[in-house]
Amino acid sequence: MDFLPTLWFVIIAVLWIGYLFLEGFDLGVGMHMLLSARNDNDRRVMLNSIGPVWDGNEVWLITAGGATFAAFPFWYASLFSTLYVPLVFVLLGLIFRAVAIEYRGKGHTTRWTHGWDLALGLGSFVSAFGVGVMLVLTTTGLPIDSNGDGVGGPFGWLNGWAVLGGLAVVGFCLVHAAVFLALKTDGDVRVRSRRFAVRWMPALLIPIALWVLAVQFMNGKAYTWILVAAAVVAAVIAWRWARRGSEGRAFAGMAAFLVFGAASIFANVFPNVLPSTVSAAYDLTVSNAASSAYTLGVMSVVAAFGVPLVLVYQGWTYWVFRKRVAGTSIPEVKPVRAAVKPR
Amino acid sequence: MHFTTELDPLLIARWQFGIVTVYHFWMVPLTIGLGPLVALMQTLWMRTGNDRYYRMTKFWGKIYLINFIMGVATGLVQEFQFGLAWSEYSRFVGDVFGAPLAMEALLAFFVESTFLGLWIFGWGKLPRRIHLACLWLAVAGSVVSAYFIIAANSWMQHPVGVTLVHGRPVMNDIGAILGNNTAVAAFTHTIFGALAVGGAMLLGVGWYHLWQRRRDGIDTVGPDQRVIVGEAPDVPGRDKSDHRVWLTSLRIGAVTAIIAFAGVTITGDAQARLMFVQQPMKMASAEAACHTGTSFSLLAFGDIGSKDCAGVVNVIEVPGVLGFLANGDFNEPVKGVNELVPSYQQKYGTHLPDDAKLGDRAGSKINYVPVMAVTYWGFRLMILFGALAAFASVVALWLTRKGTVPQPRWLMWLAVSGIFAPFAANSAGWIFTEMGRQPFVVAPNPTPGGVDGVFMFTAAAVSPGVTFGEIAFSLVSFTIVYAVLMVFEVRLLVKYIRGGVAAAIPELGEKPKDPDAPADDDVLAFAY
Repeated sequence: MDFLPTLWFVIIAVLWIGYLFLEGFDLGVGMHMLLSARNDNDRRVMLNSIGPVWDGNEVWLITAGGATFAAFPFWYASLFSTLYVPLVFVLLGLIFRAVAIEYRGKGHTTRWTHGWDLALGLGSFVSAFGVGVMLVLTTTGLPIDSNGDGVGGPFGWLNGWAVLGGLAVVGFCLVHAAVFLALKTDGDVRVRSRRFAVRWMPALLIPIALWVLAVQFMNGKAYTWILVAAAVVAAVIAWRWARRGSEGRAFAGMAAFLVFGAASIFANVFPNVLPSTVSAAYDLTVSNAASSAYTLGVMSVVAAFGVPLVLVYQGWTYWVFRKRVAGTSIPEVKPVRAAVKPR
Repeated sequence: MHFTTELDPLLIARWQFGIVTVYHFWMVPLTIGLGPLVALMQTLWMRTGNDRYYRMTKFWGKIYLINFIMGVATGLVQEFQFGLAWSEYSRFVGDVFGAPLAMEALLAFFVESTFLGLWIFGWGKLPRRIHLACLWLAVAGSVVSAYFIIAANSWMQHPVGVTLVHGRPVMNDIGAILGNNTAVAAFTHTIFGALAVGGAMLLGVGWYHLWQRRRDGIDTVGPDQRVIVGEAPDVPGRDKSDHRVWLTSLRIGAVTAIIAFAGVTITGDAQARLMFVQQPMKMASAEAACHTGTSFSLLAFGDIGSKDCAGVVNVIEVPGVLGFLANGDFNEPVKGVNELVPSYQQKYGTHLPDDAKLGDRAGSKINYVPVMAVTYWGFRLMILFGALAAFASVVALWLTRKGTVPQPRWLMWLAVSGIFAPFAANSAGWIFTEMGRQPFVVAPNPTPGGVDGVFMFTAAAVSPGVTFGEIAFSLVSFTIVYAVLMVFEVRLLVKYIRGGVAAAIPELGEKPKDPDAPADDDVLAFAY
């Protein structure tokens, strides 16, 4: 039994779930800046609801990537190089989004703010879609050869699954962010976000549900049906709570949906980490893609110490900034002028 | 099936790595260098209650953040690009190289970004001591992250802590990897290099504002050339305290830059001594030292870029100095390029293996000499720009001893341009050390007792499944996007620098608030 590789498969699954849970609403909020906001005050309310935390949330992605590199270098190398084109878009999207969040409020013309809104919204959309492409193809497989290199050219990975995965994560982010905004804001944004969540949750969660079911049927493990069922129940309950206006519970329901849904996917594909669509002989698994026992042991010690610590201080951040952001709590904009005597 | 008939992606993959990494390392040293200085300012404010330090914290904190985010954004590419364009490298080194990267994310990036978020939005919300502690933690996160990534890079310069299993390095001693002497030397060198960047920034901007105050007739000098501080009620923030803000910034900056240069010199010397042993070819080519000897080249002419020493003529040489630098002995000769090449060929082969993964590069001849024009001049420009910044700092301290800056505009421009010198030194140093490692991406460890057989040629590291077109597309995209973002960053930096303290503390220009009045808890102290 490959204990350490299995442990690291679980840790990486946890990191991805953490990423989707936390950055899921950040990316969704980015899209809602274009989709649902009606004026600049709305946008600032939305942006400030994630303001103190979005950068820390993004580190979950970096950690998931780094942990994959450390624990499963063959998985990391094959996945990233085969998905070269979509991942470059993910990077560009994340770059634009990050800079837009920080720079949007530092200029004072309409052109400036609108430009960065566009960068923020589209950047969030593109990176959410690309992350979805990557995650779904990790479960359905990529055209990799015996060395783990992609075949079929720059778009050899492109298929219906990729599109489904992109839509799945985008849809999830939009719903998740609406539920989050209903919980974290007050006033107009809160009301409209709640309405959005109630109205669109069933439709927008269809792609991710299809992905969960597809992976379940393709791999056909019996016990994972429990997880699938739990995910469905969580989604239904989240929706009902959203309708009743229990914002905190609706958010918890979304979290449970994500955890169970993602757990069912990861449990189903195990022990594969990256199936090959060329030949099952080229599948990357927890055994043949993993690092040495020594490396995994060292990393396990680091993770045992690091992950709980991160959870504690990130949790504390959410506690410090637990108040709802309202339109009235946003300070007015003061233009920056050069400190020069007028002549 | 590999796309071997297409253009070779190797060269543009290397250009891409170079461009995105050098670019990223413009933001990083400013983050690492400015962070501790801002934290120091806030600590001084806590300790003394002096308003000047509060203003400095706010102003420099703003500049820090405008830059910080660009480092975060471009840092993502750094972690992804190993898997994207260098999959063979990732497979080969994954057992060793991934660990420090993952540790960097888990132990440093989380701390850095979470506590910086707390600091930005925590003004007036967190207790003051905790608020300050958040900044120190964020700064510590940056520094620790630098250690991990440099430990990873140092392993590429000098692999330790591994054994060779089926031709692949497998980690057997994490302590050796994190305690690599190459890493210790490179880390300290990098931190001092970053402090020089932060110092020069404080100096240049402090000078600009002091100059502007004189130009606007706010500050004047008396008959003894001492400053007479004035104020301009019609310009927000231009009060008497404002003068101290810029003078103190300038002085802290100059002292930091001087200390940093001393540190850079000592650590750089230690690093070079290690490199003479660990990567003799890199140091020989840094000196354009074709022949074995003890002379240090001050000026070399000829075709240094020829890679084979044929056209290199050392015009000015200082006998003995190179021997002293390398060995602490003026008479001990240092091996030249011409002597090193045969030993490299004997140890590591003359041709790349006939491996299908290498595409058209399979079986081609290996050139062991780095591009000498780059190593030779990279090494010298690094030292030149570093020394210039330190020299300028000493002069600046002297010229401002009476409390303000001289009036000439060109001196102001010199101080402002001086901001770029440590940036240039940092870039030159990294370009030198990375180009000097070529043709290896993982340099062999030649020290007695080092791990035999652990090395990798850059030509074998590129992703076999990725086409020329894909890398060309990303190279062009990243370059254009980075160039555009650079314009925005510089525009914002200039705007906020010109805005002075009032740009960072808008309420300065308004009626003073009663400090004892309860703050409006519902309004955010900071908002995007």
